Amino acid sequence: MIKIKPMAEDKKQKAHIRFVLNGETVEVAFAPHKTLLEVLREDLNLTGTKHGCELGECGTCAVLVDGLPILSCLALGLDMEGREVTTIEGMAEGGCLHPLQVTFADLGAAQCGYCSPGFLLTAKELLERNPAPTRDEIREALSGNLCRCTGYIKIYEAVELAAARMRGEEAEPAREIIHGYE
Amino acid sequence: MATNNGDNEQPLKVVGKPFRKVDARAKCTGQTLFADDITLPRMLFAKLLRSHVPHALIKSIDTSKAIALPGVVAVITGRDLPIPYGILPVSQDEHALCIDKVRFIGDPVAAIAALDEDTAFEAMDLIEVEYEPLESISTIEDALSIEQPRIHDYGSGGNIHKKVSLEFGDMEEGFAEADLIREDVFFYEGNTHLPMEQHAALAHFDADGKLTLWSATQTPHYVHRALAKTLEIPASHIRVIATPNGGGFGGKSDPFNHEIVVAKLAMITGRPVKVTLTREEVFYCHRGRHPVLMWVKTGVKRDGAITAMHFRSLLDGGAYGSYGVASTFYTGALQTVTYNIPRYKFEGVRVFTNKPPCGPKRGHGTPQPRFALEVQIDKIAEELGLDPVEIRRRHLVPPDSVTANYLRVGSNGLGECIDKVVEASDWKNKFQKLPYGRGIGLACGSYLCGAGLPIYWNDMPHSGVQLRLDRQGGVCVMCGSIDIGQGSDSILAYIVAEVLGIDPFDIRVLTADTDLTPVDLGSYSSRVTLMTGNAALQAAERARELLTIAVAEKLDVPIENITFAERRAFDVENPDVGVSFAEAVQLAEAKFGTIGTVGSYTPPRSPGKFKGAGVGPSPAYSYSAAVVEADVDPETGIITVERVWIAHDIGRSINPALVMGQVEGSVYMGLGEALMEEMTYRGNRNVVHKFPSLLEYKSPTTLEMCDVKTFLVEDPDPNGPFGAKEVGQGPLLPIPPAVVNAVYDAVGVRIDEVPASPDKVLKAIREKAQGKEGRYGPKSVPEVEWPAPLKVLTPAEGGDGRELPREAAHMKD
Repeated sequence: MIKIKPMAEDKKQKAHIRFVLNGETVEVAFAPHKTLLEVLREDLNLTGTKHGCELGECGTCAVLVDGLPILSCLALGLDMEGREVTTIEGMAEGGCLHPLQVTFADLGAAQCGYCSPGFLLTAKELLERNPAPTRDEIREALSGNLCRCTGYIKIYEAVELAAARMRGEEAEPAREIIHGYE
Repeated sequence: MATNNGDNEQPLKVVGKPFRKVDARAKCTGQTLFADDITLPRMLFAKLLRSHVPHALIKSIDTSKAIALPGVVAVITGRDLPIPYGILPVSQDEHALCIDKVRFIGDPVAAIAALDEDTAFEAMDLIEVEYEPLESISTIEDALSIEQPRIHDYGSGGNIHKKVSLEFGDMEEGFAEADLIREDVFFYEGNTHLPMEQHAALAHFDADGKLTLWSATQTPHYVHRALAKTLEIPASHIRVIATPNGGGFGGKSDPFNHEIVVAKLAMITGRPVKVTLTREEVFYCHRGRHPVLMWVKTGVKRDGAITAMHFRSLLDGGAYGSYGVASTFYTGALQTVTYNIPRYKFEGVRVFTNKPPCGPKRGHGTPQPRFALEVQIDKIAEELGLDPVEIRRRHLVPPDSVTANYLRVGSNGLGECIDKVVEASDWKNKFQKLPYGRGIGLACGSYLCGAGLPIYWNDMPHSGVQLRLDRQGGVCVMCGSIDIGQGSDSILAYIVAEVLGIDPFDIRVLTADTDLTPVDLGSYSSRVTLMTGNAALQAAERARELLTIAVAEKLDVPIENITFAERRAFDVENPDVGVSFAEAVQLAEAKFGTIGTVGSYTPPRSPGKFKGAGVGPSPAYSYSAAVVEADVDPETGIITVERVWIAHDIGRSINPALVMGQVEGSVYMGLGEALMEEMTYRGNRNVVHKFPSLLEYKSPTTLEMCDVKTFLVEDPDPNGPFGAKEVGQGPLLPIPPAVVNAVYDAVGVRIDEVPASPDKVLKAIREKAQGKEGRYGPKSVPEVEWPAPLKVLTPAEGGDGRELPREAAHMKD
């Protein structure tokens, strides 16, 4: 027989907040100690945000809060009251993928795909403030995100290709990105 | 039967083209469900209580307080899961929860299922375990010298797990022919996979008695077998679904205790149970790169031709068998497939220590000996006054040959790989010509395209594919293989699309579900493209044959005229005469009934018949060559790799973009191992992990990763589907030795050990400044009582691949 945990009075009250999530106003109730990562995954069922360490070391759980990348494993859900949060599920507009999502998919910048949501959102913010980043600026912006599959190279190339397309250029990947050098 | 390498005159429409992966957009939109993303109604959360002592007898476990905690639903211990298991039939040495003894910090002793994760955590503190500590064993030297206590009561005595000794050809004669004999000692530190996804598993035991396990595993078939064994229920009642792996690299290839534990808890509670490991637990699960001490004695002629090689490896296996017996053989298997080695002797020993168990990591047992071999070749070249390029280029193993240890080499594009990187890197103007502090280094490597033999002995195929074609034109490919990010699901779609003349995105790929998909042995040993690819090719060609007969009949044209392209089947001489692909399926369904075909793949038999010949054979070998250019700061010892040129012999790219990604990822992981990654331990017995966290376990970030110039060499192999070979592991191999060879060119010190961390480099530089040798690395290897070698005559000596009878071997002495 399962014993039901009698709740202490001080634990009984769930926090209840309202914020803008992927462009929609949501209300959610959750245990007040929960991180934004946990609230997103467990209370809002948005499992696109991943966890790699839950200690702020790997960038896997990055989301945008008021347009800036933050590590959702280090942010309290409670602090989101009235803020605007964007997760990977909100990156495409309508049925239309963000140019970064297209280039990450096309070039193989997502191999296992586990770190991809964090990289995509971090890169999105970079391109919003710097539409033509150099390779070194991309490196710097993504240096808090770990990827074990790609060696980061296809990620840089995908960011560069998406940036060019977002600037209105008709860019295609260079031959050596796809086939190697001759 | 149609050709099995898809070789015909038709221009290829899909193979060789950079189609995006069939699951790529799901991964870029957060839609892909990884194991921890799945929840079921009434689901419980499990935690494993792990030992905090490295080696001890379990005197008692008291779970009464934990079970009394409100919210706790079940607590189990080792007594609930008494049957041992392990990946290899010869190493069934693990229990899901330890019964009498713990063997490393992190070994689980009890498990809790609770209504929520917080409660499960809380309950862990309430379980009382009484341990009687035993002396712990933490190094290879300890394990060789401490007979008692034994970590396991099986193996080759004391704390020795396995000893092997194989001798191919007349070694005495070989060394007598040599103009120069070098003996060198190397050490390759252990390191771990570090997949971004922590292991997770969810079990559900339904009311009708069927168990389903979703797990982040590279080997659902072996997990299936382990569950049937340990839970004592028929395998036919168990369904294992491998979820897309958020990175594997070998780290999710063993059946794991947490998988068995959640299955048992689901059976006990009648509720779904999930477990997700913390990052710290992933470090202790490990199964990563073995630390290996190596001694190599090589004889060469003046022109650099090797006359004989004697290789010894000593592996620190950690606390359990895992893949270790195979790993041991692998440290001695692939030395022979790059440069001609006419006589070869290998002695290997794997020991048990009270540390997390080692197993297969990308390159499984071969990066360590490859490091030793490639660094030693450079030392030999220097002594003989030869260029490192020439000494390698001159003595390559020829294509279509059999090595001294009976590995059959098919295609070999290594020569072209070397030429590419040497030319692109401007080697001739850089080697020994760059200013002090900057250097350039070359190394090569080779890897399997799948193991020639299965892990458990059987005569069945290694990979199976079922194809279902429906009258709407839908095609479903079903295969037991699991996509770990390498793109194996996409490879299935590309190959079937190529054969049936449809678009890869028309195809539904259903993989890694033991109820629905035929067995594939798993995503390890770089076997999937070659083996599932061949199985898919066979299934698709059989389907095309059925469609061809029906279409030819309908169109009244000869069978050989029917071709498939652009979602149509048509007369190749009169392309307007044809039917849509869906109509072709309808015609075939009307004629033959429901259309389903199967394909399977079994590797060719290896020429080696001796005991131990099972490790090393493969249907094909991939080859890689790399040049590394590095800066070494003589003040700090910090190595900065500026650029890597790498060429990989892929046979043929099924999808070049994916091949590029695997090459770049391998270079990255090789750089991590060369420069910084290490599983090291502290404490007075050296058994507590120094830094089980992503921050402190150093791995390259974007700021450490260099530019990579990649070249793909395409020399189709007759055993590969469309000629394809592997790329997931091989390109890692040349990187660590190329880095230390570049360090020598830069500052004149030999770092005979990886990782080549700044402290080691600095120490060597300072010693050199004092007029000493300027080398960092082990001085010697411990004495081992090697068993009498199993002797095999080489093919050149007229051998037949069998071992000599002991007496004859003795007489030959």
